Amino acid sequence: MEAALLTVWTPLATTPLLWLAATIVAYAFGQIIQRACRNSPLAHPVLIAIAAVAVLLESTGTPYATYFAGAQFINFLLGPATVALAVPLAANLRHVRRSFHGVGLALLAGSLTSTVSGVAVVWLLGGDRATAFSMAPKGVTTPIALALAQEAGGLPALTAALAIAGGIVAAVVGGTVLRWLRVDDWRAHGFAAGVAGSGVAAAQVAPLNGLAAAFAALGIGLNGLLTAVIVPLLGLLWVAR
Amino acid sequence: MRFALAILIGFQLVGEVLRQILHLPLPGPLVGMFLLVTALVVRGDGHKAPTEIGSPLVRTANGLIAQMGLLFVPAGVGVIAELAVLRQQWLPILAGLLVSTVLGLAATGLVMHHVSRFVETRRRTLPAAAHHREAR
Repeated sequence: MEAALLTVWTPLATTPLLWLAATIVAYAFGQIIQRACRNSPLAHPVLIAIAAVAVLLESTGTPYATYFAGAQFINFLLGPATVALAVPLAANLRHVRRSFHGVGLALLAGSLTSTVSGVAVVWLLGGDRATAFSMAPKGVTTPIALALAQEAGGLPALTAALAIAGGIVAAVVGGTVLRWLRVDDWRAHGFAAGVAGSGVAAAQVAPLNGLAAAFAALGIGLNGLLTAVIVPLLGLLWVAR
Repeated sequence: MRFALAILIGFQLVGEVLRQILHLPLPGPLVGMFLLVTALVVRGDGHKAPTEIGSPLVRTANGLIAQMGLLFVPAGVGVIAELAVLRQQWLPILAGLLVSTVLGLAATGLVMHHVSRFVETRRRTLPAAAHHREAR
């Protein structure tokens, strides 16, 4: 049995097809689990898929480079998918006109607070620069966060995990924290979810209210643009120290 | 459908080229996204949404965005190479994640809520101010 398994495994393990398929199966598995958990943000399909593939690689002794040779075809689509974010952003940009001051100031406040506090906490607790700059862009939607971390000298893989984990935190506690602060406006709930928790938190708030969904999409897009300016500036500051 | 994907990849390519030429500290796809937003807004008449629901570009974009989670998995699996960092710096990482997410959420929500309420009450009590805004 084991010998038979090996004769199948050995040639397959080196083709890109195996790891391409494994990634897609792991993600589908994550989606099934999330549905079984009644769409709880805690059971996020991306985190489940990452954990499943990581366990598979560790248990088969496969190096990450071998895995990535197959999975790079999926990774490549991140570029066009990032450009595709322009479509919902453009569609929701008309909401800016009506709440211009609120959107502008809230974006500035949220984006600065999220990036600066992330870098500051990591630095205060003795983390190094690479960790701090993996943290800085994590409030942004994952494809943009990945690219920004790479640019600023962070660890892109860590940023990908942190961006999703941050989205989960925002999705789980977001509504409670905002209600506790007496914020009872759907636009504010949606925008805060988009700015602080990107796609994961937006998916949580979007079904609750249409206006919240539009402002969440707006928050994701605008925060991506602003954080892209803030993170390189923070990077320059840390070097200058 | 294929043409729509060509638009997305084309904008990404232009973004990458601009980044190289102008030495921008921004990732190429983000420059491409900014250019595509500008193009979509310029094409729209400014009153209705510049993107029609049924257009191939919108369908392709929404399809890619709906499956975006899958696209992060290969990069995310790279975290197995950073396990040493996670083990060594778990406290700054965990604290930074929780603190910055909750603070960012609270700051955005509070500012949005209070500024829009302030602007709306002022618009109601001061019709002249509203006029000024409409004129812009």
